[in-house]
Amino acid sequence: MNKRAFPVLMGLSLVFFAVAPVLIVRAPYEQEMGLIQKIFYFHFASWMAMYLAILVLGIASALFLFRRKPAADRLAVAAAEAAVVFGLMGLITGPLWAVKSWGVWWTWDARTTMAMILELILVAYLILRAYGGPGSDRLAAGLGMFAMANLPFLYVSTEIWRTIHPPTSVVPTLPVDFGLPLWWSVAGFVVLCLALLTARVRLEEQRATLDRLYLALEEE
Amino acid sequence: MLRLDRFGVSQEKALVYRRLTIVAVLIVCVGLLGATTTQAAQPAQPSVPEGFVPMDDVPPEDQLPAAPLLAAAYVVVWVIALGYLWTIWRRLGSVEKELADAMRRVGADGA
Repeated sequence: MNKRAFPVLMGLSLVFFAVAPVLIVRAPYEQEMGLIQKIFYFHFASWMAMYLAILVLGIASALFLFRRKPAADRLAVAAAEAAVVFGLMGLITGPLWAVKSWGVWWTWDARTTMAMILELILVAYLILRAYGGPGSDRLAAGLGMFAMANLPFLYVSTEIWRTIHPPTSVVPTLPVDFGLPLWWSVAGFVVLCLALLTARVRLEEQRATLDRLYLALEEE
Repeated sequence: MLRLDRFGVSQEKALVYRRLTIVAVLIVCVGLLGATTTQAAQPAQPSVPEGFVPMDDVPPEDQLPAAPLLAAAYVVVWVIALGYLWTIWRRLGSVEKELADAMRRVGADGA
Protein backbone atom coordinates (compact mmCIF):
# COMPACT_ATOMS: atom_id res chain seq x y z
CA MET A 1 0.00 0.00 0.00
CA ASN A 2 1.23 3.50 -0.83
CA LYS A 3 3.19 4.86 2.16
CA ARG A 4 2.32 8.48 1.27
CA ALA A 5 -1.43 7.86 1.20
CA PHE A 6 -1.72 7.78 5.01
CA PRO A 7 -0.53 11.35 5.79
CA VAL A 8 -2.65 12.73 2.93
CA LEU A 9 -5.79 10.91 4.07
CA MET A 10 -5.17 11.67 7.75
CA GLY A 11 -4.65 15.37 6.97
CA LEU A 12 -7.83 15.44 4.91
CA SER A 13 -9.83 13.76 7.67
CA LEU A 14 -8.47 16.30 10.20
CA VAL A 15 -9.79 19.11 7.96
CA PHE A 16 -13.21 17.42 7.86
CA PHE A 17 -13.22 16.91 11.65
CA ALA A 18 -12.09 20.48 12.32
CA VAL A 19 -14.95 21.96 10.29
CA ALA A 20 -17.64 19.41 11.30
CA PRO A 21 -18.25 20.82 14.84
CA VAL A 22 -18.83 24.30 13.38
CA LEU A 23 -21.43 22.98 10.93
CA ILE A 24 -23.03 20.84 13.64
CA VAL A 25 -23.27 23.74 16.12
CA ARG A 26 -24.79 25.98 13.41
CA ALA A 27 -27.33 23.33 12.37
CA PRO A 28 -30.85 24.05 13.67
CA TYR A 29 -32.35 22.11 16.58
CA GLU A 30 -34.61 19.27 15.57
CA GLN A 31 -38.18 20.05 16.63
CA GLU A 32 -38.87 17.00 18.84
CA MET A 33 -35.45 15.85 20.04
CA GLY A 34 -33.72 19.18 20.53
CA LEU A 35 -30.00 19.27 21.34
CA ILE A 36 -29.57 15.50 21.71
CA GLN A 37 -30.36 15.01 18.00
CA LYS A 38 -26.90 16.43 17.23
CA ILE A 39 -25.36 13.07 18.27
CA PHE A 40 -26.90 11.77 15.04
CA TYR A 41 -24.24 13.54 12.89
CA PHE A 42 -21.42 11.39 14.27
CA HIS A 43 -23.59 8.34 15.06
CA PHE A 44 -24.87 7.90 11.49
CA ALA A 45 -21.45 8.78 10.04
CA SER A 46 -19.73 6.10 12.15
CA TRP A 47 -22.17 3.48 10.81
CA MET A 48 -21.49 4.63 7.24
CA ALA A 49 -17.76 4.18 7.84
CA MET A 50 -18.51 0.74 9.31
CA TYR A 51 -20.59 -0.17 6.24
CA LEU A 52 -17.68 0.86 4.00
CA ALA A 53 -15.21 -1.21 6.03
CA ILE A 54 -17.52 -4.26 5.91
CA LEU A 55 -17.95 -3.83 2.14
CA VAL A 56 -14.16 -3.82 1.77
CA LEU A 57 -13.94 -6.82 4.12
CA GLY A 58 -16.48 -8.83 2.10
CA ILE A 59 -14.97 -8.07 -1.32
CA ALA A 60 -11.40 -8.64 -0.11
CA SER A 61 -12.47 -11.91 1.58
CA ALA A 62 -14.07 -13.12 -1.66
CA LEU A 63 -10.94 -12.21 -3.63
CA PHE A 64 -8.78 -14.10 -1.15
CA LEU A 65 -11.08 -17.11 -1.02
CA PHE A 66 -11.60 -17.54 -4.77
CA ARG A 67 -8.47 -15.97 -6.26
CA ARG A 68 -5.98 -16.73 -3.42
CA LYS A 69 -4.61 -13.19 -3.30
CA PRO A 70 -2.56 -12.63 -0.10
CA ALA A 71 -2.84 -8.84 -0.51
CA ALA A 72 -6.63 -9.18 -0.39
CA ASP A 73 -6.34 -11.15 2.86
CA ARG A 74 -4.24 -8.39 4.41
CA LEU A 75 -6.83 -5.81 3.34
CA ALA A 76 -9.62 -7.98 4.80
CA VAL A 77 -7.94 -8.15 8.24
CA ALA A 78 -7.45 -4.37 8.21
CA ALA A 79 -11.07 -3.76 7.16
CA ALA A 80 -12.45 -6.12 9.83
CA GLU A 81 -10.59 -4.25 12.56
CA ALA A 82 -11.73 -0.86 11.22
CA ALA A 83 -15.32 -2.14 11.06
CA VAL A 84 -15.15 -3.20 14.73
CA VAL A 85 -13.79 0.25 15.69
CA PHE A 86 -16.50 2.21 13.83
CA GLY A 87 -19.18 -0.24 14.99
CA LEU A 88 -18.09 0.36 18.58
CA MET A 89 -18.49 4.12 18.05
CA GLY A 90 -22.04 3.54 16.77
CA LEU A 91 -22.90 1.16 19.60
CA ILE A 92 -21.75 3.68 22.23
CA THR A 93 -23.13 6.90 20.71
CA GLY A 94 -26.50 5.18 20.04
CA PRO A 95 -27.29 4.52 23.73
CA LEU A 96 -26.12 8.06 24.66
CA TRP A 97 -28.83 9.34 22.30
CA ALA A 98 -31.37 6.68 23.36
CA VAL A 99 -31.21 7.39 27.09
CA LYS A 100 -32.44 10.92 26.41
CA SER A 101 -34.85 10.18 23.56
CA TRP A 102 -36.26 6.79 24.61
CA GLY A 103 -35.59 6.96 28.35
CA VAL A 104 -33.54 3.72 28.24
CA TRP A 105 -29.90 3.06 27.38
CA TRP A 106 -30.67 0.01 25.28
CA THR A 107 -33.64 -1.84 23.90
CA TRP A 108 -33.61 -5.17 22.05
CA ASP A 109 -35.13 -3.60 18.99
CA ALA A 110 -34.65 -5.21 15.52
CA ARG A 111 -32.09 -2.58 14.41
CA THR A 112 -30.03 -2.43 17.60
CA THR A 113 -30.01 -6.23 17.95
CA MET A 114 -28.88 -6.70 14.34
CA ALA A 115 -26.15 -4.09 14.81
CA MET A 116 -24.95 -5.85 17.96
CA ILE A 117 -24.91 -9.26 16.20
CA LEU A 118 -22.99 -7.80 13.24
CA GLU A 119 -20.41 -6.36 15.65
CA LEU A 120 -20.11 -9.80 17.31
CA ILE A 121 -19.59 -11.45 13.89
CA LEU A 122 -16.72 -9.02 13.24
CA VAL A 123 -15.22 -9.69 16.67
CA ALA A 124 -15.54 -13.42 15.89
CA TYR A 125 -13.59 -12.80 12.67
CA LEU A 126 -10.75 -11.15 14.60
CA ILE A 127 -10.70 -13.89 17.28
CA LEU A 128 -10.58 -16.52 14.54
CA ARG A 129 -7.66 -14.74 12.87
CA ALA A 130 -5.79 -14.35 16.15
CA TYR A 131 -6.25 -17.85 17.60
CA GLY A 132 -7.52 -20.07 14.76
CA GLY A 133 -4.10 -21.33 13.63
CA PRO A 134 -3.22 -22.43 10.07
CA GLY A 135 -6.10 -22.28 7.61
CA SER A 136 -8.12 -19.91 9.77
CA ASP A 137 -7.59 -17.23 7.12
CA ARG A 138 -9.95 -19.11 4.77
CA LEU A 139 -12.53 -19.77 7.48
CA ALA A 140 -12.38 -16.10 8.44
CA ALA A 141 -12.81 -15.10 4.79
CA GLY A 142 -16.12 -17.00 4.77
CA LEU A 143 -17.14 -15.17 7.93
CA GLY A 144 -16.18 -11.85 6.31
CA MET A 145 -18.43 -12.53 3.34
CA PHE A 146 -21.21 -13.52 5.75
CA ALA A 147 -20.78 -10.16 7.54
CA MET A 148 -21.14 -8.34 4.21
CA ALA A 149 -24.28 -10.32 3.39
CA ASN A 150 -25.82 -8.92 6.60
CA LEU A 151 -25.37 -5.30 5.54
CA PRO A 152 -28.51 -4.85 3.39
CA PHE A 153 -30.65 -6.46 6.10
CA LEU A 154 -29.23 -4.11 8.72
CA TYR A 155 -29.84 -1.08 6.52
CA VAL A 156 -33.48 -1.90 5.74
CA SER A 157 -34.27 -3.35 9.18
CA THR A 158 -36.01 -0.14 10.29
CA GLU A 159 -38.26 -0.26 7.21
CA ILE A 160 -39.27 -3.93 7.20
CA TRP A 161 -39.60 -4.72 10.91
CA ARG A 162 -41.54 -3.03 13.67
CA THR A 163 -38.94 -0.94 15.44
CA ILE A 164 -38.68 2.28 17.46
CA HIS A 165 -35.35 3.21 15.86
CA PRO A 166 -35.67 6.21 13.49
CA PRO A 167 -36.00 4.94 9.89
CA THR A 168 -33.06 5.24 7.47
CA SER A 169 -35.42 6.52 4.76
CA VAL A 170 -35.49 10.01 6.37
CA VAL A 171 -31.80 10.61 5.59
CA PRO A 172 -32.13 11.41 1.84
CA THR A 173 -35.08 13.72 2.57
CA LEU A 174 -33.26 15.90 5.14
CA PRO A 175 -33.27 19.65 4.42
CA VAL A 176 -29.91 21.28 3.62
CA ASP A 177 -29.50 22.69 7.15
CA PHE A 178 -29.46 19.16 8.56
CA GLY A 179 -28.05 17.43 5.47
CA LEU A 180 -24.86 19.52 5.10
CA PRO A 181 -23.37 18.73 8.55
CA LEU A 182 -24.48 15.13 8.18
CA TRP A 183 -22.86 14.44 4.80
CA TRP A 184 -19.79 16.49 5.82
CA SER A 185 -19.41 14.25 8.88
CA VAL A 186 -19.97 11.15 6.74
CA ALA A 187 -17.18 12.31 4.38
CA GLY A 188 -14.89 12.89 7.38
CA PHE A 189 -15.55 9.40 8.78
CA VAL A 190 -15.12 7.76 5.36
CA VAL A 191 -11.75 9.50 4.85
CA LEU A 192 -10.71 8.57 8.42
CA CYS A 193 -11.71 4.97 7.70
CA LEU A 194 -9.55 4.96 4.55
CA ALA A 195 -6.61 6.47 6.50
CA LEU A 196 -6.89 3.81 9.22
CA LEU A 197 -7.18 1.08 6.58
CA THR A 198 -4.00 2.34 4.89
CA ALA A 199 -2.06 2.30 8.16
CA ARG A 200 -3.41 -1.11 9.17
CA VAL A 201 -2.62 -2.67 5.77
CA ARG A 202 0.93 -1.34 6.11
CA LEU A 203 1.19 -3.19 9.44
CA GLU A 204 0.01 -6.45 7.80
CA GLU A 205 2.50 -5.98 4.95
CA GLN A 206 5.36 -5.52 7.41
CA ARG A 207 4.25 -8.63 9.30
CA ALA A 208 4.21 -10.64 6.05
CA THR A 209 7.73 -9.40 5.22
CA LEU A 210 8.87 -10.40 8.72
CA ASP A 211 7.37 -13.90 8.30
CA ARG A 212 9.17 -14.32 4.99
CA LEU A 213 12.45 -13.21 6.59
CA TYR A 214 12.06 -15.67 9.48
CA LEU A 215 11.33 -18.48 7.01
CA ALA A 216 14.46 -17.52 5.05
CA LEU A 217 16.51 -17.55 8.28
CA GLU A 218 15.16 -20.99 9.25
CA GLU A 219 15.99 -22.42 5.84
CA GLU A 220 19.63 -21.25 6.08
CA MET B 1 -2.98 -26.54 -1.85
CA LEU B 2 -2.59 -25.80 1.85
CA ARG B 3 -0.89 -22.57 2.83
CA LEU B 4 1.95 -23.01 5.27
CA ASP B 5 2.70 -20.49 7.95
CA ARG B 6 5.03 -20.07 10.90
CA PHE B 7 3.02 -22.54 12.97
CA GLY B 8 4.03 -25.40 10.60
CA VAL B 9 1.78 -28.15 9.24
CA SER B 10 2.76 -31.06 11.48
CA GLN B 11 -0.04 -30.31 13.94
CA GLU B 12 -2.52 -29.59 11.19
CA LYS B 13 -5.21 -31.99 12.32
CA ALA B 14 -5.15 -30.82 15.90
CA LEU B 15 -5.37 -27.23 14.75
CA VAL B 16 -8.31 -27.97 12.46
CA TYR B 17 -10.18 -29.37 15.49
CA ARG B 18 -9.20 -26.28 17.46
CA ARG B 19 -10.54 -24.04 14.72
CA LEU B 20 -13.78 -25.95 14.52
CA THR B 21 -14.16 -25.73 18.30
CA ILE B 22 -13.66 -21.96 18.19
CA VAL B 23 -16.22 -21.58 15.39
CA ALA B 24 -18.69 -23.82 17.27
CA VAL B 25 -18.27 -21.79 20.47
CA LEU B 26 -18.84 -18.56 18.52
CA ILE B 27 -21.97 -19.96 16.85
CA VAL B 28 -23.33 -21.09 20.24
CA CYS B 29 -22.62 -17.61 21.71
CA VAL B 30 -24.44 -15.86 18.85
CA GLY B 31 -27.29 -18.40 19.15
CA LEU B 32 -27.61 -17.81 22.90
CA LEU B 33 -27.65 -14.06 22.31
CA GLY B 34 -30.37 -14.52 19.70
CA ALA B 35 -32.43 -16.69 22.06
CA THR B 36 -32.06 -14.15 24.88
CA THR B 37 -33.04 -11.43 22.46
CA THR B 38 -36.17 -13.27 21.38
CA GLN B 39 -37.16 -14.00 24.98
CA ALA B 40 -36.52 -10.42 26.02
CA ALA B 41 -38.34 -8.97 23.03
CA GLN B 42 -41.52 -11.05 23.30
CA PRO B 43 -42.95 -9.86 26.64
CA ALA B 44 -41.78 -6.28 26.04
CA GLN B 45 -44.05 -5.72 23.03
CA PRO B 46 -47.37 -5.01 24.79
CA SER B 47 -45.73 -2.68 27.34
CA VAL B 48 -44.07 -0.39 24.79
CA PRO B 49 -46.66 2.40 24.99
CA GLU B 50 -46.35 2.44 28.80
CA GLY B 51 -42.53 2.23 28.78
CA PHE B 52 -41.90 5.28 26.62
CA VAL B 53 -43.35 8.48 27.99
CA PRO B 54 -43.27 11.65 25.82
CA MET B 55 -40.47 13.96 27.02
CA ASP B 56 -42.89 16.84 27.69
CA ASP B 57 -44.79 14.73 30.25
CA VAL B 58 -41.69 14.07 32.37
CA PRO B 59 -41.06 16.54 35.24
CA PRO B 60 -37.94 18.72 34.68
CA GLU B 61 -36.11 17.17 37.68
CA ASP B 62 -36.44 13.73 36.04
CA GLN B 63 -35.19 14.85 32.64
CA LEU B 64 -31.61 14.16 31.65
CA PRO B 65 -29.58 17.14 30.44
CA ALA B 66 -28.66 16.66 26.77
CA ALA B 67 -25.37 18.59 26.71
CA PRO B 68 -23.25 16.13 28.79
CA LEU B 69 -24.58 13.21 26.74
CA LEU B 70 -23.78 15.03 23.49
CA ALA B 71 -20.29 15.94 24.72
CA ALA B 72 -19.73 12.35 25.88
CA ALA B 73 -20.71 11.01 22.44
CA TYR B 74 -18.20 13.25 20.66
CA VAL B 75 -15.46 12.52 23.21
CA VAL B 76 -16.06 8.76 22.86
CA VAL B 77 -15.67 8.97 19.08
CA TRP B 78 -12.39 10.89 19.40
CA VAL B 79 -11.01 8.62 22.12
CA ILE B 80 -11.80 5.46 20.13
CA ALA B 81 -10.36 6.85 16.86
CA LEU B 82 -7.16 8.18 18.47
CA GLY B 83 -6.81 5.09 20.68
CA TYR B 84 -7.03 2.80 17.66
CA LEU B 85 -4.56 4.93 15.71
CA TRP B 86 -2.18 4.73 18.68
CA THR B 87 -2.43 0.89 18.80
CA ILE B 88 -1.61 0.70 15.06
CA TRP B 89 1.36 3.04 15.55
CA ARG B 90 2.61 0.98 18.52
CA ARG B 91 2.22 -2.36 16.72
CA LEU B 92 3.84 -0.98 13.56
CA GLY B 93 6.79 0.32 15.59
CA SER B 94 7.25 -3.06 17.25
CA VAL B 95 7.06 -4.99 13.93
CA GLU B 96 9.44 -2.57 12.19
CA LYS B 97 11.95 -2.95 15.05
CA GLU B 98 11.72 -6.74 14.79
CA LEU B 99 12.05 -6.45 11.01
CA ALA B 100 15.22 -4.36 11.33
CA ASP B 101 16.69 -6.96 13.74
CA ALA B 102 15.83 -9.80 11.34
CA MET B 103 17.35 -7.88 8.41
CA ARG B 104 20.57 -7.42 10.41
CA ARG B 105 20.62 -11.17 11.17
CA VAL B 106 20.08 -12.00 7.50
CA GLY B 107 22.88 -9.57 6.59
CA ALA B 108 25.21 -11.06 9.22
CA ASP B 109 24.45 -14.63 8.06
CA GLY B 110 25.05 -13.59 4.44
CA ALA B 111 28.40 -12.03 5.34
